[in-house]
Amino acid sequence: MDTNIVIALFILIIPVFNFLFLGLLGSKMSEKTAGTIGTVGLGIVALLSYITAYNYFFGYGKVDGVYLPISEGFEWLRFTEHLHIDLGILLDPISIMMLVVVSTVSFMVHLYSIGYMHGEKGFQRYFSFLSLFSFAMLGLVVATNIFQMYIFWELVGVSSYLLIGFYYTKPSAVAASKKAFIVTRFADLGFLVGILLLSYFTKTFDFAQICDTSATGAILSNNVTTTFLGFSVISWAMALIFIGGAGKSAMLPLHIWLPDAMEGPTPVSALIHAATMVVAGVFLVARLFPVYYFFTPTVLQIIGYLGAATSLFAALVACTQTDIKRVLAFSTISQIAYMLVALGVSKYGAEHEAGLGYMASMFHLFTHAFFKSLLFLAAGAIIHAVHSNEMGDMGGLRKYLPITHITFLIACLSIAGIPPFSGFFSKDEILVAAFEHDKILFVCQYLVAGLTAFYMFRLYYSIFWGKETHYHHTPHEAGLNMTIPLLFLAFLTVVTGFIPFADLITTDGKPMEIHTVWEVAIPSVLVGLVGIAIATYMYKKPTLMPDKVSNSLGGFYKATAKKFYFDELYIFVTKKIIFNGISTPIAWFDRHVVDGFMDLQATISNGVSAKIKGLQSGHVQQYVWVFAVSVFIIAGLVIFLPL
Amino acid sequence: MNIETILLMRTEFLLIFLLVALIVLDLFASNNLKKYFDSIACFLFLATTLVGFLPLNEGEAFGGMFVADRMNAVVKSILNVGVLLVFLQSKTWLNNAYTNHKKSEVYILIISTLLGMDLMISSGHFLLFYIGLELASLPLAALIAYNKYSKESVEAGAKFILMAAFSSGILLYGLSMFYGAVGEAGLYFDALSGLVKPTSIQLLAMVFFIAGMAFKISLVPFHLWTADVYQGAPTNITAFLSVVSKGAAVYALMIVLYKVFNNIFDSWEFVVYGLIVVTITVGNLFAMRQQNMKRFLAFSSISQAGYIMLGLLPGTALGMSSVVFYLLVYLVSNLGIFAVVSILENHSKKESITDYNGLYQTNPKLSVIMMLFLFSLAGIPPFAGFFSKFFVFMAAAEMKYYALVFIALINTVISLYYYLIVVKAMFITKNETPITTVKTDTSSKLGLFICVIGTLFLGILSYFYETINQFSVGLF
Repeated sequence: MDTNIVIALFILIIPVFNFLFLGLLGSKMSEKTAGTIGTVGLGIVALLSYITAYNYFFGYGKVDGVYLPISEGFEWLRFTEHLHIDLGILLDPISIMMLVVVSTVSFMVHLYSIGYMHGEKGFQRYFSFLSLFSFAMLGLVVATNIFQMYIFWELVGVSSYLLIGFYYTKPSAVAASKKAFIVTRFADLGFLVGILLLSYFTKTFDFAQICDTSATGAILSNNVTTTFLGFSVISWAMALIFIGGAGKSAMLPLHIWLPDAMEGPTPVSALIHAATMVVAGVFLVARLFPVYYFFTPTVLQIIGYLGAATSLFAALVACTQTDIKRVLAFSTISQIAYMLVALGVSKYGAEHEAGLGYMASMFHLFTHAFFKSLLFLAAGAIIHAVHSNEMGDMGGLRKYLPITHITFLIACLSIAGIPPFSGFFSKDEILVAAFEHDKILFVCQYLVAGLTAFYMFRLYYSIFWGKETHYHHTPHEAGLNMTIPLLFLAFLTVVTGFIPFADLITTDGKPMEIHTVWEVAIPSVLVGLVGIAIATYMYKKPTLMPDKVSNSLGGFYKATAKKFYFDELYIFVTKKIIFNGISTPIAWFDRHVVDGFMDLQATISNGVSAKIKGLQSGHVQQYVWVFAVSVFIIAGLVIFLPL
Repeated sequence: MNIETILLMRTEFLLIFLLVALIVLDLFASNNLKKYFDSIACFLFLATTLVGFLPLNEGEAFGGMFVADRMNAVVKSILNVGVLLVFLQSKTWLNNAYTNHKKSEVYILIISTLLGMDLMISSGHFLLFYIGLELASLPLAALIAYNKYSKESVEAGAKFILMAAFSSGILLYGLSMFYGAVGEAGLYFDALSGLVKPTSIQLLAMVFFIAGMAFKISLVPFHLWTADVYQGAPTNITAFLSVVSKGAAVYALMIVLYKVFNNIFDSWEFVVYGLIVVTITVGNLFAMRQQNMKRFLAFSSISQAGYIMLGLLPGTALGMSSVVFYLLVYLVSNLGIFAVVSILENHSKKESITDYNGLYQTNPKLSVIMMLFLFSLAGIPPFAGFFSKFFVFMAAAEMKYYALVFIALINTVISLYYYLIVVKAMFITKNETPITTVKTDTSSKLGLFICVIGTLFLGILSYFYETINQFSVGLF
């Protein structure tokens, strides 16, 4: 086996080993041991990911100037001649980028959690779940085929459920974990049906074969002609697959689980709900991008528009939330939708910047992962210091939490798209891509960029400036293991923008020449600055402005604050329509017909077995008699029945 | 006889050698050496088993009377593993005061029945087949009646020999009719297959033959001896009967049906179909009511035999692989259960299901292991038993036996009920005086370990099924 694959294999083995080790023996070790084992394990994983990335991008990955995918695997289950499930490892630019993102953030979150979770009941369990999640996510990104991806996809769902519901004695946490699991599972149903449809027509699960767009190899082109309700079956399949992605990535209208998932421990939110699991949907679309682009452009366009709608919606809602984690949650939804917009406007190939959107999307995924997890971890530090999630309980914290303050500010500037922070570069590329391919989406995203700057600085000022709040205990900065991750991520937020992504990650593996489009870059910075300026004016000092503005907006403000009543709508649809109209009759059917059948089966079995008990008398004479009679009856039937 | 023949028949020759060696050892060795008889026997048998895993040339010997192919080599290896597991779990039982002086007999008799089974499954001629069958039956009677001062054991032995004689008679009668009808070509399987026609006499012969084999497999209604014999025989011999002996008979029947009676598929399909339905159902219905662990396992094994036959019915390569795979999985799970039962019986002389109440408190490890095996037999994923049932159902459904698969599925639900009765007894039912904590001996531990590993991984690792499937596809 190739050494590079072996290294990648260890990236997967270490977390799964940690999960089993901490899960089985965790209760017998001290917090310190469990935390150290988990963190060191992930540290090694991160290191191995960097080695893999370095070797791939600056070594074996590039053949004749093109980055080629490298994969190795074995057949696990064979169903038919064509259809078999393989397990393997696929290394290509996007999977390696994801390895770096996931392992880095996970490592930081592990380190941070040692301090944050100190003294919690179930500390060891927490670390074993973290390892499980890391394993699932790393496995998802290196999957060689769509079914393997699905397996890890579900594993991600399960481990996320376990982590959101970590405080299982708190009813709201339990409800949130169930909500997250059910909503994403529901979406995954679409994913599964899509996979089955796709594999039925292509006779393969393998990404390399599905995405093969060369004239000779394209299996899909034969099937585009089969249609159902006006769309080709491949379009249906790809749309269904995207529904799975939309569930995990919290796209409209499946976003409702993400804000509630903030009930989990804050480091978990940083890992799962900012940097890794929620971008799985983006990764999925990127992984299947050639199929979307060449065979189902309509679906890709829908993805783009859905992304734009989601990003605008989430940005509006984020402006009105008062729980700092929820603001960040809606901001995450909005930013992930940004990435999908970029994919939606992307073309294929390196010439004339056609694949710019794809590259920008991956770039934004990369930079966003770091600054958003930084924001969450900083929020965690704040919550740790003031013991509240509500903005109203905060204010003037810059004096007490200097490190948190500076790192949070860096992340805010980055997400607002202010140069030279990383968010500027990636967001700018997205806006350029949208500008060149779809003006409507560009306007929408431009507006969202302004809103983003506004709500992030609203958050920033409410926490660190604003009114002087009197605290019971003077808040103080947390220990080193919590501040080091903040500083490290802040460092990444500053430098990652300078990575030449266009050379590394493109639609077809060929490096792309990009140039700066000033007529987009300058206005995008300006709109960010305007957002910041308004926020400064409204929130830096305690004024009556915010109330005035919200009053003047009236109904619209209320609707936004209520997240446009999506939760209420869901409750109405599920409780009133589905439960009463569908579930109740089904429950009746289940109780009376299905259970009745089972009871009948039991009654009959019991009765008959009591009746025939006597056959087993213990007398050999009778046994021989039954034997002989049976033989002759069977022989008679065989000979005289017309068969 | 040249070297090639010997290589083709390597397992049989090794078994004969082993047999002679053990007799000589038993007769002439010093008492000091005899203390190690178990270990020597196990070790030599292990060597034989390992030889069975070596690659094999396919071929025929004695003019086609003996057929060696890779599939029956796999089955022989499976049987070898089964016998090895039986040896491992018998050690405590054999070393007690009543049986210590004659423990060599068990090894010698088991190896001779195994030799019979090996000849039976690799025969290409009815004569060798019959010799193998008898060699596989007669020593069994002696084994069943091994505890000669126990009334039950002797009664079981007598019942077995009477029933075996009767069924052999029927089978032989069938073969003679068959010879009368088509015998001019001799009784070679290959030569016969073209001559078989659905005339009355041949159909009668076929039914007689199937009935004789159904006795060995204990298919309903030829199963009546099973419960009495299983209960009376020493537990480890019951284990051998229920797994190894049964497995060999299923495979032998399958070979004859496929090779000889291929032309009258419709007729034997009808017979086997009916036998499967009644076997699974009746086996389950009786298993529900049993109080005694060994009787319970007897009916459970009858029902399991019905599932194995389900894979045999389609007559396809897939069916054959599913049968052999089922045998393998059933072997580890069922022998695992018997190992636990025998450990507890040796320790406490208790063998009723109610005696298992509260076992988890005193013997948590044994209880969990037992539960694992029971789940596997019931077909609960991810244990191996789920996969074996799945493949059998798949093979049957592929040939459109939907009704039969449905009946089998319903029966799976019923079987779940009675397997869970035992689990409930061990884990949930309270008991003031559960069986005290047992210290398991090393060889039983080793046996259990193999069974646990098998039950956990045979299904999940596709290697085993794939290998078997590869061999069976080669035969079609």
